Amino acid sequence: MSQATLKIYRYNPEEDAKPHYDTFTLEVEPEDRILDTLEHIKGYIDGSLSFRRSCAHGVCGSDAMRINGHSRLACKVLVKDLDAGEILIEPLLGLPVLKDLIVDLTPFFDHYKEIMPYLVNNDPPPEKERLQSEAERARFDDTTKCILCAACTTACPPFWSNRRYVGPAAIVNAHRFIFDSRDQGTAERLEVLARPDGVWRCRTVFNCTEACPRGIRITKAIAEVKHAIETGDLTTFVTPVEEE
Amino acid sequence: MTQTHEFEVIIVGGGGAGLMAAMYASQGAKTAVISKLYPSRSHTGAAQGGIGAALGNSEEDHAEWHTFDTVKGSDYLGDQDAIEFMCLEAVQSVYDLEHMGLPFSRTPDGRIAQRYFGGHTNNVTGKPVMRSCYAADRTGHMILQTLYQQCIKNGIRFFDEYHVMDLLIENGAVAGVVAYELATGELHVFRAKAVIIATGGYGRIWEITSNAYSFTGDGVALTLRRGIPAEDMEFFQFHPTGILRLGILITEAVRGEGGVLINDKGERFMERYASHVKDLASRDVVSRAMYLEMREGRGIGGKRYLYLDVRPDTVNKYAEADGRTRPDGSLYRVTAQEILSKIPDITDFCRTYLGVDPVKDPIPVQPTAHYAMGGIPTDKLGRVVVDENNTVLPGLYAAGEVACVSVHGANRLGTNSLVDLIVFGKHAGIDAAKYAQGASLQPLPDDPTAYTQETIHKLMTGDGSEKVAEITRDLRAMMFDHVGVFRIEEGLKEAQVKLEELKERYQHVCVRDQSKQYNTELTNTWELGNLLDLAQAVTVAALARTESRGAHAREDYPKRDDANWLKHSLAWMKDGQIVLGYKPVTITKYQPKERVY
Repeated sequence: MSQATLKIYRYNPEEDAKPHYDTFTLEVEPEDRILDTLEHIKGYIDGSLSFRRSCAHGVCGSDAMRINGHSRLACKVLVKDLDAGEILIEPLLGLPVLKDLIVDLTPFFDHYKEIMPYLVNNDPPPEKERLQSEAERARFDDTTKCILCAACTTACPPFWSNRRYVGPAAIVNAHRFIFDSRDQGTAERLEVLARPDGVWRCRTVFNCTEACPRGIRITKAIAEVKHAIETGDLTTFVTPVEEE
Repeated sequence: MTQTHEFEVIIVGGGGAGLMAAMYASQGAKTAVISKLYPSRSHTGAAQGGIGAALGNSEEDHAEWHTFDTVKGSDYLGDQDAIEFMCLEAVQSVYDLEHMGLPFSRTPDGRIAQRYFGGHTNNVTGKPVMRSCYAADRTGHMILQTLYQQCIKNGIRFFDEYHVMDLLIENGAVAGVVAYELATGELHVFRAKAVIIATGGYGRIWEITSNAYSFTGDGVALTLRRGIPAEDMEFFQFHPTGILRLGILITEAVRGEGGVLINDKGERFMERYASHVKDLASRDVVSRAMYLEMREGRGIGGKRYLYLDVRPDTVNKYAEADGRTRPDGSLYRVTAQEILSKIPDITDFCRTYLGVDPVKDPIPVQPTAHYAMGGIPTDKLGRVVVDENNTVLPGLYAAGEVACVSVHGANRLGTNSLVDLIVFGKHAGIDAAKYAQGASLQPLPDDPTAYTQETIHKLMTGDGSEKVAEITRDLRAMMFDHVGVFRIEEGLKEAQVKLEELKERYQHVCVRDQSKQYNTELTNTWELGNLLDLAQAVTVAALARTESRGAHAREDYPKRDDANWLKHSLAWMKDGQIVLGYKPVTITKYQPKERVY
C-alpha cells in the first residue's frame, strides 16, 4: 500500500459556471487500475464523480479519458505504470464535456457512421460461408480490433482544430472494410474519405497510434487509405516513415 | 417532464441478443433498442474463444453431436427440444454472421476456422472435436461489432444510455417500459406491443467475476418485481480460468490450443478428474477440480490459485503424451508465434495486468463467476412463460443470457452462450414482430412512472447511514464464500441471514449527487437493489436443491438425484421473499445417465 494523489477535472453543468479540479488522496496498490482508484473515490469519498465504465479490462471502450495528458483507458493503466507524483485525470479532448469525465460522443459516432461501417456485398450469399484466404483475412486484421473508445480521434490535433474531420477512428473502420476481400463498397467509401474533411486532414502526427489501447497501427492504416485514394491500389502495403 | 414514445417492438439491451433481435424485428415492425450503454460497450464484446456450430470444416462433425454434448453438459437439466433446435440453427446462424461480414479466422482452404473447446466431442470416439468457430480470441467483439454495423446499415433506432427501470403490464399483456435517460435524468415511457428483454447476466453479485460492472441483472430483477418468476437461479457458472484477483476471463481456447492446468507440485491434475478429455472437461468439472486441488494444499505456494500453462514446451509435451494430431495426421506441435497469433488479446491482458508473458511464464488463474444459466423463463421462440404450465405472457420476450430457455440446464458448454444469443435473439425478433402485427397497444396505467419515481425518490432521500460501495463489497464477498463453486446447508443459511441484513442496510443508503445529468451514483444505487434481489433468488433456490448437478455442487448432497430433482426451479418474489415452484424438464432422445468426461 502506498498513497496516491489524483487531481481530477470536475464540471457539473447544473452547478458550475466553469470547470475546476478536485484533488483526492487515497491508499493504492501498485497493481491497481486507474479505474479502481476512480471507483474508490466514487464509492467512498465523492459519489458525484461521474465517468463511464463497463468491462474494466480494455475491451468495451467506455472509460477512455486523459491520464497525465494522454488518451488512455482507465482500466488499462495501472498505478505502477505512471511516474511517481500527482496523477492528472481529465476528459478526452476535442469533444464537449457533459459532466466531469463524460464527453458527448455524438460527433464521434456520427463520423463513424459516415464511412459506411458495414460490409457491402450485393451478390446473393452462397449456401455456406464466402471463402477468404488466410492472407486476405490477415490484410485487415489489425483494424478489426477497434473498440470505438475514441482515444485516437480525441488525441488528434487536426480533429481538435476541426471537429468536422472524420478522424482516425472512422478511417480505421473504413480501412477494415476497404481491405476486406468480400466488400464491394470501396469506391463509395474512398469517395467519402477523399472529401476535404476526409483522410487528407491527417498530418501524420502519430498521436492516434500512440493512444490506441488495442495497439492498432492507425497511422499505417490511414496511410494505406490515402494510398488507395491516390492510386486505386488496394494491394500495396504502406509503412509511414517514423514508425518502428 | 415525462416523454411518451410509441413503437411496435421495444428491445431492452444492445448486446448480441438485443441487436440480433432488432435486426429481425425491424423487418416486420417499428422497432427501437433501448440500452443503458452505447451498444458497442455491451458485454458480448468480451466473449473470446468462439461460437459453436457443427460446420465440420476441419473434421467430421454433426449437429446431433453438438446436441448430445450440450445435453450432457447441462447435466440433463437442459430442455432437449430447445437444445436440438439451437444446435441445428447454429450452423445457418454462423453462415449468416459470415454473410453479414464477420471476419472469422480462416482455414488454409479459406473456410471458417474452428478449434477445440471444453465438452465438445466426437460422439463416436469421445475425443475433442473442432467445433468452435472463431475470430482470433475476440469472437464476441467481432459478433457485437458486426451486428452493430448491420443495425446501422438497416437504420435501426437506438436510445443509447437509457436505463430501463420498469416493465408495464396491462390486461395481462405487455404495455411498454419506463426508462431513465442518463443524459438528462428525465423519465421516458415507451409504449410497445412487444418488449424483448436482452439485458445479460448478473455476475456482479460475486467478488471474483469476469463480468462487466454493468452486468447487474437488470432484466431479471425487473421481471421478478412484476410477478414473473426466474428459472434455475441456483445454476451459475464459475469459469475455471479467471486472472488471479481480477477475475478477467482467460478463454478456454487457451486449453483448446493445448494449454494445461498445473498445480503446485507441477502436476497436470485434470488427468485425475477427467481421464478422457482432461483439461477440456466442461467448466463445472474443471472449476471443482481446481477447488479440490487448492483445498488439498496444492494451490501455487499453498495459495488459492493455480497455473494455466500455455508455454510451447508444455503444450508440446502434453500433446505428445495425449497422442494429439493435426487434421492431416501429423503430430500436434506449436511455436510461441503460433500461440501468440491465436490468443493476442489474452497475451495483452496477461502483460498488462499480471506482467506475465504467456509463452514464457505460466498464468496464475482462479475460478471466476462467469455466466447465468438461469434467468427469465422462455420457450424456444423467446416468449416469456410465467408458470409451471408454461403459460405465455403476451408480448413479452427475453433472449440471451438474461433468458432461460433452457438450453444450458445446470452447466453451459463453452461457445454456447454466443450460439444462444444469435439463435434465440433472431427468433425472439421474428416472433415479436409477428405478434406485434396482430396485436394492439395496451392502454397505459394511470401513472406509468409511479413506481420508478417513488423508488428514485426513496434512494435520493435516504438517511445515508449506509454506503452503496460497502454493501456491494460485503454482498460480493459473502456470495463468493457461501454461494460459490461449492455450497453447503450451513453456508447457504448463513447467506440468507446475511442477505436479510444487507437488504435492511440498503434501506439506509442515500444518493448524494442530486444532479439530473449523468447521475451515475443513482444508477449504481439502483443496480445494487437489483443485485440484492437476484442474490436472494440464487441463495434460496440453491438451499432448496438438495442434490449436486452441473454448476450447483452441494457438499452435503454430492450426488445427482434424478428421482427428486430432475426439474427446473421457478423463483417468485412475493412481499420481498422468494417462493419456489418447479416444472418438468423436456426429455426427447437422451435419457439421463452418469456424466463422465
